[in-house]
Amino acid sequence: MTDLMITTYLVVGGTFALYFYIALKTRAKNTGEFYVAGKGVHPVLNGMATGADWMSAASFISMAGMLAMGGYDASAYLMGWTGGYCLLAMLLAPYLRKYGKFTVPEFIGDRFYSQTARLVAVICLIIASLTYVIGQMKGIGVAFSRFMEIPFETGLLIGMGIVFVYAVLGGMKGVTYTQIAQYVVLIFAYTVPAVFISLQLTGNPIPQLGLGSTMSSGEGMYLLEKLDKIVVDLGFSAYTAQKGSTLNIFLLTMSLMIGTAGLPHVITRFFTVPKVKDARSSAGWALVFIAILYTTAPSVGAMARLNLINTVQTGEIGSAEGNLAIEERPQWMLNWEKTGLLGFEDKNGDGKIQYYSDNGLSEAQANLAAAQKAGGDVTAAQAKVDAAETKHAESKFAGFGWKGNEMTKVDNDIMVLANPEIAKLPNWVIALVAAGGIAAALSTAAGLLLAISSAISHDLLKSMITKNIDDKTELLAGRIAMAGAIIVAGYLGLNPPGFAAQVVALAFGLAASSIFPALMMGIFVKRMNSAGAICGMLAGLVSTITYIFWFKGFMFIATTAMAPDTAASWWLGISPGSFGAVGALINFAVAFAVSSITKAPPEHIQHLVEDIRVPMGAGAAQSH
Amino acid sequence: MNNAQKYWQANIRLVIGCLIVWFFVSFGCGILFVKQLNAISLGGYPLGFWFAQQGSIYTFVALIFIYAWRMNQLDRKFNVEEA
Repeated sequence: MTDLMITTYLVVGGTFALYFYIALKTRAKNTGEFYVAGKGVHPVLNGMATGADWMSAASFISMAGMLAMGGYDASAYLMGWTGGYCLLAMLLAPYLRKYGKFTVPEFIGDRFYSQTARLVAVICLIIASLTYVIGQMKGIGVAFSRFMEIPFETGLLIGMGIVFVYAVLGGMKGVTYTQIAQYVVLIFAYTVPAVFISLQLTGNPIPQLGLGSTMSSGEGMYLLEKLDKIVVDLGFSAYTAQKGSTLNIFLLTMSLMIGTAGLPHVITRFFTVPKVKDARSSAGWALVFIAILYTTAPSVGAMARLNLINTVQTGEIGSAEGNLAIEERPQWMLNWEKTGLLGFEDKNGDGKIQYYSDNGLSEAQANLAAAQKAGGDVTAAQAKVDAAETKHAESKFAGFGWKGNEMTKVDNDIMVLANPEIAKLPNWVIALVAAGGIAAALSTAAGLLLAISSAISHDLLKSMITKNIDDKTELLAGRIAMAGAIIVAGYLGLNPPGFAAQVVALAFGLAASSIFPALMMGIFVKRMNSAGAICGMLAGLVSTITYIFWFKGFMFIATTAMAPDTAASWWLGISPGSFGAVGALINFAVAFAVSSITKAPPEHIQHLVEDIRVPMGAGAAQSH
Repeated sequence: MNNAQKYWQANIRLVIGCLIVWFFVSFGCGILFVKQLNAISLGGYPLGFWFAQQGSIYTFVALIFIYAWRMNQLDRKFNVEEA
């Protein structure tokens, strides 16, 4: 075993020991503690737990890579995944906390005096949370296999075991305090390498400022100016410039914001604080802790992109000695080639690597190779390659003797995972990144599993199927549901149904188009009745799922797609991932239309709405 | 209008004010007017790009705390605080 492996085992093992210790200390003794931690969590600590709950494997591992490759256009994710907290703090959290029950479907069912509404909410919650949790399970397996050289399957099983122990035992109480520890681990793991890299490139230790500083290499150029120049010289569009359509970026940002505010596992976190005013400030604290990572990510992304280009493009573009020779590849490239996340191909046979934008040539070549292998339409693929080659022959790169982009594979995830190695940071930093990635995935998985299990034991069992169970039995049912959810999620993580990468769009689409509007109207529109809310939720849900499946295929089976998933065929250029905001609009419109022609809600419901609007009188957790 | 209705109206006014700022920094400065703002620079950042990747997030954080602080004032003013 190498020194690095030993350090990694020690650091990751240490964090696991900590999580177990916390779980033992904070076991849930009744349903109140299991569902909402007895409503006794300090708002700042709840903010920290929310941060860990929210920041998933995608935030920790993938986001910086999306920024590195997408540049400005990926800003939609930054604004979307943070701006949703404003909506949560001002439109939902305090009122739902005032209502004082255990789950999101419970509020919807009570407010719209309808078990049907509650059932629709339960279905949305389970689909959204389960699809989301598969990604976390995969993230845990990936982190184990890359850093500890444990097979993916074993890694995933270990992850399942750990979540099982502390989530089943501790419920919301155990999960909350473990998430606080996980937040500390993940934020250190994210910011420490960023500080080092920012120092190396700009001499400024604060990454948020480093991104706006001049390069320390002495040319006096700003980092972003330098990055813009070099990517444009290599044929890409400028890093800070907009590439996609404004409408699509606008709607994607809006969908992510509304979706964030409507995700049940996040909302439930605000049920755990003692008072209404704590719910307001706790959302602010949550965003502070999230913003630390989200404002660092743009620096990590931009700097990693620059480092990657500088590694490959060692000298002047087009000069004979300007590119990295294959046999002189640095150690980190060799390491990551083994994982399949990084790959190159010497297309022009000059013994050097060229990384540039060839205007779709290498993509066409890859499609042709895939068509030849899978027996697809080879003639059409060949025609596209020919067209791309003709176009490439006219570019300046052809004059250098380049024959297409040779970095055939640069996975987004590499920007964070390989970052410490690229910057030649010490072993303990690399070990910390491994522990951080696992913490991010575990904490989000636990939050989601909790949301699923409470929907099953509290909303389905207790309120619809076996109404007379006592608190003890319900607690046991909650634990069994949690164990079941872990097994299902683990199974889907091991046998990913092909669509694992796409499901985030579905989870946010569902939350944005069904859950958020129903909650908001439940609080702000006293006249909204059950018929309106149910029709609205169904309309939002069906329209969004139909739009996603139309382009992605039914259940994400690509061959059943009704139209190609390209900007040209999207309706008004709206991508499936951006449709949640449109679905939400449809939900609102249908709900208002239907409720205006049906009977107003009964008197006691109108009183309920008036009651949740004022903080006074919120008690401890109410049972019923 | 009774006390609870007045409290609710003041609350709605505050939320609308906060959401106007919320929309302005993100959808306005970060998306709709990003090209125009990019002509101005903030250190090494084009201003529109800065709003999209940094500024809007800082503003969101500030907004929630301002909202929480003003709401606590309203709770006291209208005497609807929790015991």
